[in-house]
Amino acid sequence: MVARLAEEPMRGLATPTLDRPRRRVSVWNRFLRHRLAMAGGAVLLFLALSAIFAPLIARSDPYAIDLSSYRAGPSAAHWLGTDSAGRDVFSRLLYAGRVSLTVGLVSVAIYCSIGILLGALGGFYGSWIDTTVMRLADVFLSFPSLIIIITLAAVFGPSITNLILAIGVLGWPPIARILRGELLSLREREFIVAARASGASNGRLIFRYLLPNAMAPVIVAATLGIAYAILLEAGLSFLGLGVQPPTPSWGNMLTDAQSLTVLSSMPWLWLPPGLMIGLAVLAINFLGDGLRDALDPYLQK
Amino acid sequence: MGRYLLRRLLISVPVLFGITLATFVIVNLAPGDPVSALIDPQQISALGPGWLAQQKKSLGLDQPLPVRYGIWLKEVVQGNLGYSYTDRQAVTTKIKQHLWPTIKLMLTAQLIALLLALPVGILAALKQYSVLDYLTTIFSYGTLSIPSFFLALGAIYIFAVKLSWLPTAGMSTVGRPWTFPDALRHLILPATILGLAQAAPLIRYVRSSMLETVRQDYVQVARAKGLREGAVITRHALRNALIPLVTVIALDLPRLLSGTVILEQVFAWPGMGTLAITAVLGRDYPTIMAINLISAVMILVSNLLADLVYAWIDPRIKYS
Repeated sequence: MVARLAEEPMRGLATPTLDRPRRRVSVWNRFLRHRLAMAGGAVLLFLALSAIFAPLIARSDPYAIDLSSYRAGPSAAHWLGTDSAGRDVFSRLLYAGRVSLTVGLVSVAIYCSIGILLGALGGFYGSWIDTTVMRLADVFLSFPSLIIIITLAAVFGPSITNLILAIGVLGWPPIARILRGELLSLREREFIVAARASGASNGRLIFRYLLPNAMAPVIVAATLGIAYAILLEAGLSFLGLGVQPPTPSWGNMLTDAQSLTVLSSMPWLWLPPGLMIGLAVLAINFLGDGLRDALDPYLQK
Repeated sequence: MGRYLLRRLLISVPVLFGITLATFVIVNLAPGDPVSALIDPQQISALGPGWLAQQKKSLGLDQPLPVRYGIWLKEVVQGNLGYSYTDRQAVTTKIKQHLWPTIKLMLTAQLIALLLALPVGILAALKQYSVLDYLTTIFSYGTLSIPSFFLALGAIYIFAVKLSWLPTAGMSTVGRPWTFPDALRHLILPATILGLAQAAPLIRYVRSSMLETVRQDYVQVARAKGLREGAVITRHALRNALIPLVTVIALDLPRLLSGTVILEQVFAWPGMGTLAITAVLGRDYPTIMAINLISAVMILVSNLLADLVYAWIDPRIKYS
C-alpha cells in the first residue's frame, strides 16, 4: 500500500494512458518469469490443444458402443481400456476435455460480464444503486453454489447449456464486489477528478479511465473462477445432474466409480478422468496466482 | 457496538427477504403444477378438465404468484415448510431427520481442518521457505485442485478396499446396535476428506497472517523485552494473527456445504445432501425449497455471527 501511494503523484500528473504501456511490459516480464504460472500455462495449452484436436488424436469414436468388450482393461487397441458401454476411455477423455474447458470458460465469461456491469454501476453511481447491487449480491452469496445449481437442474433439467447458464447467472457477486471496491477508491483519485473536470462523459470515465485501471483483480478472480467452475461441473456431472451421458465429461466419467466393483478392480475407468480434472484445475490455479503476483507485486507478502 | 449490532441486523432483513423470494421464484419457474406432478395424467384426463381447475382452486393455485408468495411466506414463518411430493411426509420432519448427520459431519470436518491448519500454518510461517513450507504449499494447491469426491474415491480404494480398515458407507453398520466406536469408524473417512478440502484456505490464511504479524513492531518489542520466542509467538503474535480466522471460516461455509452434498453421496451419508439429491431426482419441490431456504439462512446467520464475534473480540475495530 505504501509503495502504491508513492506512485500516485506520477499517475496523477501523467494521463493514465501514457504510463500504461510501460506498466504492461513490466507486468508481462514478471508474469513470464513466474515459473509456476508458466508451467500451468504450458499444461493448459497442452490440454486445450488436445481438446481442440481431439478428432485427430483419438483413434476411435468416443460414442461407438461395443458391448462385446465392455469394461476391458488397457490394450493396444484401447490405450485406457473401455467403459461400461464398451466405449474407448482415451477418446472419451479427450472429448471430455472439450466439455469441461468450454463450461469453465463460457460460464465465467457470462458471470464476468454481469459482475463487471453491476459492479461498475454500483461503484460508479453509488447511492441506492450501489446499495441494491450489494444487497442482491448478499442474497446470491447466501446460497451454496452446488445446492442452488442442483435446484436449477431439477427445475430446468440437466444439460450443458443449463449448467453453463446456471454457473454464469449465479457467479457474478464476487466479481461485482471486487470491481466496486476498486472503483470506489479510484473514483476519488486525481486523474479521475481531472478527467471529470475536463468534461469527460460518464461513459468515457468508466470505459476509458476507470475500468482499465480496475481490471487487474477482476482478471485474477476470473482466472481462478474458471478453476472453480470446472470443479463445479465435475461435481455436478459426477452426481448425474450436470453433463448427461453419452456426452463425455471428466465428471460423469467418474460416476461409474461409485460402484465398488469398478473402484476396486478397474482403475482405468476412474483414475484418468480424476487426474485430468486435478491437472486442469491445478494448472489454472498456478496461472491465476502467477497473474496475481505479476499484476500486483505489492500484494505478495 | 449496540448501534453496529442493530445496523448489521437491519441489513440482514432485506437479504433474508430476498432469500425467500429467490427460493420461491426459482421453484415456481418449474413447468407444470403440483397437481399434475402428483396425479397420473391419465387419471386427470379421465376426471375431466373441470376437476383439475377445481383442485387447483382448492389448493390456492389459481391465485397470482405474489399472493401465493405471501401465503407461502406466512406458513414458513409459522414453521410449516409444506409436504413432500414423493411421500407426503411433512418437510420439517424430513429435515429434522437429515439435519443432524450433516451438522455432525460438517462440525467434525471443520474441527479436523482447524487442528490441521493451525499448527501447519504457524510452522510454515515461522520457517518460511523451509521444506515444510513448500510441502504445505503443495498440499494446499493439491487439495484445492483435486475434486473432493475423487479424493474420497481414492481414500475408499486405499483404506476400505485394499486395507479393509474402514467402512465405505453409512453412519453405522446396518443390522447391529449403535456403538460409539462403530459410528466413529464410519465418520473418519468422510470427515477427513471434507476437512482436508476445508483446510487449504485456512492454512494459507494462518500462514500469511502470521508472516505479517511477526514483523509488527509490538512483536519486536516483546522480543526486545527478553521474552522467550515461544511466549512471543503464542501470547503476542498468535492471538492477534488469528482474530480474523472467525471471518475466514464463516465465509467458507458455502463451500463446506457444497462439499458436504457431494461427499454425502459418495459415502451414502444420510444427511441434507443425500436428501437434496433424492429430492432433485424426484422433483420434490417443497423439500428442495426447504433445503435451499435452510442452507441460505444458515449462511446468513453464520456471517452475521462472525461479524459480531469479530467486533466483540477485536476492540481495535470501531464501527460507526
